[in-house]
Formats: sequence, C-alpha cells, structure tokens
Amino acid sequence: MRQSIGERVFSLFNTIFLSVMILITIYPLYFCLIASFSDPIELSMNPGAILLPFTPFTLSAYSKVINHSLFVSGFRNTIYVVVVGTLINMALTIISAYVLSRKGLMLNRVLTFFIIFTMYFSGGLIPGYLNVRSLGMINSLWALILPGAISTYNLIIMRTAFKGVPDALSESAQIDGARHFTVMSRILIPVCLPTIAVLVLYYAVGHWNAWFGASIYLQDATKHPIQLVMRNILISANASEMIGDIGGEDKARYVELIKYALIIVSTVPVLVLYPFLQKYFVKGVMVGSVKE
Amino acid sequence: MAIEGSIKNLQLKKHSDSFGIRLHKDLRKNYDAYLLILPALLFYILFCYKTMAGAVIAFKDYIPAKGIWGSPWAGLKHFEAFFGSYYFQRLLRNTVVISLVSLAIGFPAPIVFALLLNEVRNLKFKRTVQTITYMPHFISLVVVCSLIRIFTMDTGVIVQLLALFGFEPVSLLTKSRYFVPVYVLSDIWQHIGWGSILYLSALSSIDPTHYEAAVIDGAGRWKQTLHVTLPGISSTIIIMFILRAGSIMNVGFEKIILLYNEGIYETSDVISTFVYRKGLEQFQWSYSGAVGLFNSIINFIIVVIVNKISRRVSETSLW
Repeated sequence: MRQSIGERVFSLFNTIFLSVMILITIYPLYFCLIASFSDPIELSMNPGAILLPFTPFTLSAYSKVINHSLFVSGFRNTIYVVVVGTLINMALTIISAYVLSRKGLMLNRVLTFFIIFTMYFSGGLIPGYLNVRSLGMINSLWALILPGAISTYNLIIMRTAFKGVPDALSESAQIDGARHFTVMSRILIPVCLPTIAVLVLYYAVGHWNAWFGASIYLQDATKHPIQLVMRNILISANASEMIGDIGGEDKARYVELIKYALIIVSTVPVLVLYPFLQKYFVKGVMVGSVKE
Repeated sequence: MAIEGSIKNLQLKKHSDSFGIRLHKDLRKNYDAYLLILPALLFYILFCYKTMAGAVIAFKDYIPAKGIWGSPWAGLKHFEAFFGSYYFQRLLRNTVVISLVSLAIGFPAPIVFALLLNEVRNLKFKRTVQTITYMPHFISLVVVCSLIRIFTMDTGVIVQLLALFGFEPVSLLTKSRYFVPVYVLSDIWQHIGWGSILYLSALSSIDPTHYEAAVIDGAGRWKQTLHVTLPGISSTIIIMFILRAGSIMNVGFEKIILLYNEGIYETSDVISTFVYRKGLEQFQWSYSGAVGLFNSIINFIIVVIVNKISRRVSETSLW
C-alpha cells in the first residue's frame, strides 16, 4: 500500500513520540540506578538530569541498605504477608466463587447481593480501624491480611470463569455422586487455572505494594513491611533521622544515595519478574472486562 | 440431573410448594455448598457489615472505654459541625477538582495512546512500547511518590529541565498551584500504558473489511480513524467512562498522603485525607466518622445514578 506524504510524516512523528514515551517511562528508574552508585559529592553538585553515573563508583549505599536491620525485617514481613495473605485470599475467593457460580442454589441471589453490596458501600476508614482494633489485631500482621481477605472484584472475576465452564462437565461428576467440594477441586479448578494464576498475581502484587494498613495498624518497627520502612525513610521529613544507625559517620553524605538504592532494591523483584508475568497480567485485564 | 431438576422445578411450580419447604429441600440437598461459603460470609459480616454498622459512630459521641454502641447519642451534631466548618468547602472543592481534572485528562490519555500505538506497523517496536509502558503500573505507590518528590524538588530533574525554559526553579510540591498538575500527570505516567490494554484489544477486534471498504471509498488514515476506528471502540469508551465516573468522590487518598504537606493543604487536602488526619492522628473519632460517612453516602448515590444512566445508554450496568 502506498502512503501519502502526510501519512509518512505522521508515521515519523508517531514513532518519535512513542520513543519519547519509552524514555520518559524508563528514565526515572534509570536515574535512581545510576545515582545509587555515583559519587555522592559529585551527585549533589550536579542537579538535574544525568545520563551516566559519576565516578568513583561506590556500592556503599547498597551495603548500608542491605545491612540495615529494619530493611531485613521489612523484607521478611512482606514475604510473610505475601505468602500467607495470598493463600488465604485464594482459598476464600475460589471457594466462595464456586458456590456463587452454581445455578441450582436457591440462596445464591441473596448471597450475591449480600456480597456485591459491599463494593458500593463501605463503613469508611474510621469504623474500619475501630473494628480491627476491637478484634484485637492492632500490632499484628493479621491486620494486613484478614481485613482484605477477599477482594469482591476478584471474586466476581473468579465466578465468571467458573460460570464459563460447560455444565456438562460438573453434572457428569454429580451423577457419579460427587459432592460440591469434589466437583470444585477435581473439575472446575483444573479447568480455570489460567484465571487462578491471574488472581494469584493480583493479590500478591497488592500485598507486596501495600503500606497504608501497616502504617495505621502496626506500631513495632520490627513488624513493618518493606513498603512502610521505605515510606518512613523516603518520605518522612527528616530522612537521616529515620535512617538512624545506618550511615555511621558519613551518614549525611549517603542519605540521598541510600534513598536511590532503596528504591532500586525494592523495585527490582517486581521488575525482574514482570516480563515473564506480563501476559498473565494483561490477560487479567481481559478477564476482568468480561461482563456476566 | 439437569433435566430431572428442571422437571422438578416445573412440578414445584405446579404444586407451588411453599417457599419454606423448597428452601428446606434446597438446604438438605446443597448443605455442603452452603457450608463451603460460610467462611466467606463470616468475613463479610466481620469486616464489611460490622464496619458499616460501626459507621453509627457518626451519630454518637464516641468514648473508647464505652465502645461505639455504649457511647451517648449525639444526633447530627458532627455533620452540622462539618458542614459549617471552614474546611467543608475547601475539601469538597479539592475532591471534585482533583477528580474532574483526572477524568478530563487522565481518561482520554490511554485512548489516544492506544490509537497511536495502533498505527504502528512495526510489531517489534509496538511490543517494546507496550512492555515498557505497562511496567510503572506495578511499581508501588511508595516508590512512585518518592520518585515524584525527588524529581520535583528544586534540584530535581523535572524542575531543572523546566528551568531551561525560563521556569522559576522551586520545589513543585511546596507550591499549592502545582499540586493538581503533579498529581494528575504522574498518574498518567504510571497508568497510561496499562489503561490502554482494553482499548487495544477493542481495536484489534474491529473487522478489517471495514478498513478495506473505507480505503476503497478513498479514506486516508485520518478519515479511517474518524469513521472506522473510533466508532469501533466507542462502546468500550462509554463503559470505561461510566466506571470511572462512578468513583469521582474516591480520590486516591494514599497517594495524596504520600505527596502532600501542610503548606499545600489549600489545593491537596481532600475529604478522605481529612478523615485520616482528624481520626487517626487527632483522635476525633466521631467527627471524622461523620465526615467519612458523608463521603460514603455521596459515593453510593453517585454509583447508583451512574449505574442507572449506564443501563439506559449502553445496556451495561454494574449490577
């Protein structure tokens, strides 16, 4: 197909524009990466955009980050919440989605309304906080897991997937006398594994990135997940105080570098996994958009 | 079993067993299914409905030692205090302004992005752009907001770049007037790629023969976009717009908490951040509970209205 001049000009500008988009997307993280092992004095004397790290290179920001006790406990807490939280999320989501996807149950309309209503009306932040407090979960990692044990949105995605499985499959098993739990675990779950994988990713990333619940429910710094540790170091007014014993004598010089190193170290796990998981995430958007 | 079941249903209707008897039969037959959903129900009762009931704190003078229900009633005192306060107008204005600006700029951005991406013929380049621009969606809010703060400091990259064009080099987040642009543009930076996924899939499902017909009619790329592409994705656009409009009172308050400071409350303090400060930092439980309930109710009303409209416009509704 021949292109007119106007179309070729458009193509050129489109390519340039999208290339600029790539640069704008990548540059902030690239900046953190090169800044994190630049010479701190050179870095502070050259504000603005940089393209290459300043020599002499230093890895001391990383060693300070990795050896900091809060950082280690932060990672441990986060991994605990991601693993335990996601397991509980998935068990509850799959089981209740299965029940809601069955056609023969008389109470399903009532149950569905009971559950979906919570998507549109919530008691709000303060009653939610007082509720968690009255359940005795203040300063416990359970406060990060149980109040969000089911995402109703994900529950509906799962139910849609179960509903999409032909009835013939489950009916043949029921004729053989299988109870609901068997039908779910032996027939529906294996068929819907792709959707389950998507939801595992959604829940896990949600737990990995969460910080707010921890900031209101957890008092002990040793219980803080990594995102909250980061917030306290990166976003509090006096970072050097929060960094505490991390820096030693040359603390002041390294405060900025430690910020960059912290961003890199905490983001790398997600970014390393991301290219491999991308297609599942993208699939998730599609799954979520299917209406009933 | 299905046939048997439907016959039974017919018979049931004929004999018109009472509701109680049918329910009894259903419970006996499917008791295991109801047992399976019990933990989930417990969750919804304990964490959602109990919290909703707790919203009654807005009508009480909450005394921690007495609990929500034991505390004395206060009527509408806290609501009146809020509506009459100096902050009410500012909070409402900021909430609506931030939402509307996000909607006006943040909503079309992924659509335009998807349209531009759709014009790329080099598939490898297209896929590279997609992979990279989807990525920021998964970076945590804490990191994103740290990046924003670092880059918008007076010595930060963005301010230094702007300074080349004669812009005064100030830390953007210390000036009220820059908060909304920083908030909205950074949101676009983080979500433009991810937000385009749905539109791209809608674009790919447009029948290619429409384009062929348009070409035969002498339509260039621009005309094709106008008369084939846009109508092809209009239903997706409408649905997404409705979903977005429904959450207009739900500003991303975690992000605001990570970005704002006392100096710029004038433009950045929204209802939900105010609730957070009054309640969890200053312990005015009932007052902040009332403000939060006000927000929840407005939210609910908007969702119901939007849903009604959406049902009429596109036969799509949330329930």
